[in-house]
Amino acid sequence: MSAPATTEAFRLGQATELPPGEGRAYAAGDVQVAVFRTRTGRLHAVSAVCPHAGGPIADGIADEQVVICPLHQHTYELATGCSRTGQPPLIVYSVAIDAEGFLVVQIPSG
Amino acid sequence: MPAPRNRLVVIGNGMAGARTVEEILERGDGANLGITMFGEEPYGNYNRILLSNVLSGAEDESGIFLNSLQWYEDNGITLRAGVQITRIDRYAKLVYGSDGTTTGYDTLIIATGSRPLVPDIKGAHRPNRGFHQGVFTFRTIDDTRAMTRYARDHERAVVIGGGLLGLEAARGLQQYGVAVTLVHAAPHLMNQQLDAQAGAILRRNVEALGIDVVTDAITTEILGKEAVSGVKLRDGATIACDMVVIAAGIRPNAELAATSGFAVERAIVVDDQMRTDDPDVFAVGECAQHRNQVYGLVAPLWEQAKVLADVVTGANPKAAYHGSRTATKLKVAGVDLAAMGLVTPERDDDEFVVYSEPRRGVYKSVIIRDDRLVGATLLGDVSKVSFLMQAFDRGLPLPEERIKLLFDIGAPPAEVGVAELADTAQVCNCNGVSKATLVKTVQSGVRTLSGVMDATRAGKGCGSCKSLVAQIVEWAADGEIEEDPSASWYVPGIPLPKPELMAAIREHDLRSVSAVFAALAPEGADDAKSKMALTSLLRVIWNHDFVDERDARFVNDRVHANIQRDGTFSVVPQMKGGVTTPDQLRRIADVADKYAVPMVKLTGGQRIDLLGIRKEDLPKVWADLDMPSGYAYGKSFRTVKTCVGTEYCRFGLGDSTALGIAIESRYQGLEGPGKMKLAVTGCPRNCAEAYVKDLGVVAVEGGRWEIYVGGAAGAHIRKGDLLATVDSPEAVITLTGRFLQYYREQANWLERTYAFVPRIGIERLRAIVVDDTDGLAAGLEARMEEAVGAYRDPWRERENAITPGQFRTALPLTVLPQVPVR
Repeated sequence: MSAPATTEAFRLGQATELPPGEGRAYAAGDVQVAVFRTRTGRLHAVSAVCPHAGGPIADGIADEQVVICPLHQHTYELATGCSRTGQPPLIVYSVAIDAEGFLVVQIPSG
Repeated sequence: MPAPRNRLVVIGNGMAGARTVEEILERGDGANLGITMFGEEPYGNYNRILLSNVLSGAEDESGIFLNSLQWYEDNGITLRAGVQITRIDRYAKLVYGSDGTTTGYDTLIIATGSRPLVPDIKGAHRPNRGFHQGVFTFRTIDDTRAMTRYARDHERAVVIGGGLLGLEAARGLQQYGVAVTLVHAAPHLMNQQLDAQAGAILRRNVEALGIDVVTDAITTEILGKEAVSGVKLRDGATIACDMVVIAAGIRPNAELAATSGFAVERAIVVDDQMRTDDPDVFAVGECAQHRNQVYGLVAPLWEQAKVLADVVTGANPKAAYHGSRTATKLKVAGVDLAAMGLVTPERDDDEFVVYSEPRRGVYKSVIIRDDRLVGATLLGDVSKVSFLMQAFDRGLPLPEERIKLLFDIGAPPAEVGVAELADTAQVCNCNGVSKATLVKTVQSGVRTLSGVMDATRAGKGCGSCKSLVAQIVEWAADGEIEEDPSASWYVPGIPLPKPELMAAIREHDLRSVSAVFAALAPEGADDAKSKMALTSLLRVIWNHDFVDERDARFVNDRVHANIQRDGTFSVVPQMKGGVTTPDQLRRIADVADKYAVPMVKLTGGQRIDLLGIRKEDLPKVWADLDMPSGYAYGKSFRTVKTCVGTEYCRFGLGDSTALGIAIESRYQGLEGPGKMKLAVTGCPRNCAEAYVKDLGVVAVEGGRWEIYVGGAAGAHIRKGDLLATVDSPEAVITLTGRFLQYYREQANWLERTYAFVPRIGIERLRAIVVDDTDGLAAGLEARMEEAVGAYRDPWRERENAITPGQFRTALPLTVLPQVPVR
């Protein structure tokens, strides 16, 4: 790993608006992020656009491990962003819920 | 430049000689060899096989040259074109040229080829003049030029010889406006390659091209003193003509070797290394006799040249040629013919499968011995040639139903030899997966079909290539394919086949997808790839009486529209039976205007598609349309296509429109393991394409209706099987319900009826669905009744979104700014 880059935090919206098992797309500044809440309650944030053909990752079916892009069924690991179907990876962002119940994502700055 | 270690002399600059030298150069040994080539013809090297194409005008003369004079120079080869070798002194290791030169060799390759066989025909030659003016053979580029020139201002030609070359010459000459008669000594054409029946059909095909054919005809004399005036046959008949082409076969050029003291029988005798009885002298091509075979085709020559190059360069001194299995293809425009191996069965237990359709000029046969293909003929339709050639050449296992060797039946034509497929060949046309990619995946250690499909997505588009993918995986794994335990499971995440899975769901009263995972999946783990199928299955089992977890739906089913490539959606309102009204059309037009719909398109299912709708606009669009969903996005009952039936059509036999609307009204929106596309057509003219639907109904004379099931006209084409003929629309609706419910309960996930119906078998289906031999009909009807009762138009969700952000955009529809990279 390279030295930790500085990040910028973005509030995305109320966590309650993210239904269990599903993903939603948000804009964090210029960056489009797909945030998922798995059925066991874990949060994952990845880049919102499928590297294969620009599919909307937030519309994909997900489980505890992966999300499947709805356009051509390319599969990505939520935790690492790595593709299991031979595509370039998604970018993974750190995401959490703050004290006021907002989703907060960390976007590398600069 | 240092003197080469090894002086290689090649006598013959034809296809065999030049190919052998190419193979030698490829092995990187050209520098060590001082190569000298002697060629009788004063040209570089050309592809003799294509002379037929030059004659017919299909190819330009310049297009058939293989190696230019520059090539010889570039590779340090001394080409002595136009010099004939008159003698080989094998003891002094010298060859004598017709120009008086002598050339020493360390290694000698004889590749003198063959020459036309000219039967003893009176008048063919003129004393001291060679051939009679107007008499030609067909072997060299000079022959071709002379024939072409002569044909231009002559009118009638006789071609002597009805073999491959004779036929090609005859067809070629026609291009010059010459009337051609083909005179053949044997009882039927191409008697070396064809049996009498095939020969007779070939004759019809050839005659249809305007070539006269005379068989059983020995030419005894060419008539005419100064100019040719005709030919005389043994029975005394004469055929008037002003030119004659002799294409009666070939004879190996072995005289040079014979007079120089080499062992020659029909040709120069060689061993498995292509070596003559002199260890430093080799022979290759048509002048060589290997294991008692002399070949007159090009494929064996390629194989011989490889072995010879391996031996001569020392690349593989043990390389051995074991003989070739030869196949013949006729290059005559308008006649497709391929033949290989035995012409007729020879043993009592040889299997002989023949299909003959003389009127269309089609003849196909295969000869099988001990489960191996030993002979095949394809005439008029050579679509199966690549598989047959491969099966013949490599002894591949053959399909149990031999007819499949001759025709592609039912299944997609996946049985073409996968080994033969080029590496770059695209196997999955939906996802652009090549054979090489599949092979690489297998070689990386993935040994199951589903594993390879997951890794490459091959077979995950329309699915029609799946069996081909399976064959390639099997072939690439070289038998080390691992039994795929998940192959029988309904979904990949739960190790149960469909009947057991359904039983377990009922037994444990599992009412949600997450409950199914918790109870039945290994370690209770959820699986994204299984969710959509489980949602569908739960709806089939419980109708609406289950916990509908929206995350377990595919996006199309979450928002009741079909996602498009740019993340927008298509909206197809219901239009039962393809019938609409001015009012509906007005509303659709208004919606298209209001939401600036980029494209309005008629669908194949007789409906109207509004494309490019943004996700967030979907509820408003539905409200403005105020029409129910057409379900053009789900694995569900889609539509019933109809024709105008009796109402307007003068041919209509039944009211197909009304019946189609009735069927759609009853079964609208039903989920299933796959799409269900239906049609009702008012007469057997089939305007609504009912024969190729999952279920298609055809009105026939006498107020009756035929029901076809298992048809398809998508990525896979199949005519449906006739399930039943009934005499009322009510009976159609009842049987449709039973069949669809049986399909919903029994079919595998994404198994369309075109695969399901043949898997169950139409007789068995008829027994269950129509005759009720198993007593299942009442239950099917009852469960279908429940399912129908549970119908709810999903577009009513416009009033109350089910989940927060259900219709929120998931993509900015503009081009994204560059995402920063860590």
